[in-house]
Amino acid sequence: MSRVGIQLTFLVWGLVLVAEISAQQEKNPVLLRGAALYQKHCAACHQADGKGVTRLIPPLVGTDYVSGDKSRLIRILLQGLNEPIVVQEEEYYSPMASFQYLSDIESADVLTYIRTRFGGGASPVSVKEVQQQRKKLPK
Amino acid sequence: MRTLFFVVLTGLFQSFAAWTQTPVTLKLPEGFEATQVAANWGRVRHIAVHPNGDLYMKLERLKQGNGIIRLRDTNGDGVYDDTLQFGNYPGTGIALGGGYLYASSNQAIYRYKLNAQQDPIDPNNPERIVQGLVDKGQHASKSITLDGKGHVYVNIGAPSNVCQVRDRFQGSPGMMPCTLLDSAGGIWQFRMDKIDQSYAEGVRYATGLRNVVGLDWNPFVQDLFVTVHGRDMLHQHYPELYDAKLGAELPAETFYRIPKGADGGWPYVYWDQFQKKKILSPEYGGDGKKEGAPGAMEPLMGFPGHLAPNALLFYQGNQFPAQYREGAFIAFHGSWNRSPEIQEGFYVVFVPMKGGKVTGDWEIFADGFTGKGKVSNPRDAQHRPCGLAMGPDGSIYVSDDARGMVWKIEYKRK
Repeated sequence: MSRVGIQLTFLVWGLVLVAEISAQQEKNPVLLRGAALYQKHCAACHQADGKGVTRLIPPLVGTDYVSGDKSRLIRILLQGLNEPIVVQEEEYYSPMASFQYLSDIESADVLTYIRTRFGGGASPVSVKEVQQQRKKLPK
Repeated sequence: MRTLFFVVLTGLFQSFAAWTQTPVTLKLPEGFEATQVAANWGRVRHIAVHPNGDLYMKLERLKQGNGIIRLRDTNGDGVYDDTLQFGNYPGTGIALGGGYLYASSNQAIYRYKLNAQQDPIDPNNPERIVQGLVDKGQHASKSITLDGKGHVYVNIGAPSNVCQVRDRFQGSPGMMPCTLLDSAGGIWQFRMDKIDQSYAEGVRYATGLRNVVGLDWNPFVQDLFVTVHGRDMLHQHYPELYDAKLGAELPAETFYRIPKGADGGWPYVYWDQFQKKKILSPEYGGDGKKEGAPGAMEPLMGFPGHLAPNALLFYQGNQFPAQYREGAFIAFHGSWNRSPEIQEGFYVVFVPMKGGKVTGDWEIFADGFTGKGKVSNPRDAQHRPCGLAMGPDGSIYVSDDARGMVWKIEYKRK
């Protein structure tokens, strides 16, 4: 098979996969709520496609900050970030707002959505996991 | 398994995107032509052209350890055939004057003496003329311009969105007064020939300017002019006052004439281009209608919000038709903060001017840099205009800090 043929096969396979994932997402209330929360609170900076902005806002796609340790991800959401962060070999300086005002359910929903959509389908974040991290926040 | 699919898919789309990328064709007014004269230098910020035609580029990310690139056409065939690379610091600002090359890092300004052949005499040992400027990452790039009267002007962007007690945190109030203005959020003037000046030897020439990236000395009226990046987050932090559409349009990106001692009003007010008023920032008690800062300047012009005016150039040449002379070209880097609206900017505009006054509406002069029409994320733009310069024959040059291109734009119809 030619190289283009192989690429096209991959492409079709990929499209089927995307269709399958989005069909699942359409039915999943957690992801539906998460998507709405993402649009409202996150997309302005991290962009609708989760790729961030060169020089200014780090991407959510393809980073261990999203797909890795859940407790770190939850803490970033609840506390924001006030120091430089290095993502994919680039340093970012803009502080990130704290989203402490989101409820435990809202926090779990939006993080589950972010991990599903941008973290390669990493495992969901539970309400309990959010509650555990919230208790540890400095008063 | 899902993760593997995802990785494969992302890789595939990226290679597909790279594979389908073709050179862009710039859209210009009738009679103008663009030629790509430099390519693939990475983050090319500001540029300068020597009277002998040499093109200097300042890089924000070092290329093989170098942050300044000079391209020269040694045989006069119109193509650069010689490359000189030096300057081991990243940065944005670059300017030529009085037999020297000036360049900036995010903390300092350096200068290089040029010899009779117009080569830097000691490219590895420049004189550091200014040091210790505020650099906290956010709005840290330093643009520079010379007045031909012994001074260099540098913008010091405020390391903040709107001087809140906690930057970019919803509900955090604005600091009163804004103490950041002591060392940032304005333009500072230094001598162009004194070594190691710091804030103490400089003059805070203008204040209340959140983040100037474009600045140029206007030789027709002997005054400084600047373009300012306005604040973000009106809609995100105050949805009850600003809907998504208004948050995308407000506040205006602004173009000012800056007499010494001028105040742009940041962070207390922003310019509303629809009401044509200085409106009190909501962090300082504003409601979208109340005015503030009566002593602050009004801009010469307000552009749509968030377009990021990164370079300003007054046209002093005679190659372009007469209406361009004395007017201003402004390179817009393109927005990121207009979501869910489509992103805007990514073009060079022309503002007609005479005697330092605006004489008509602005118009898009060069467009097509994104390579694909509208984009919803600036990362999708193939090129982002960032720097402007004029060559000895009156052509203008436009740089791109997404993929490191420079175009020369000439008027071909006589």
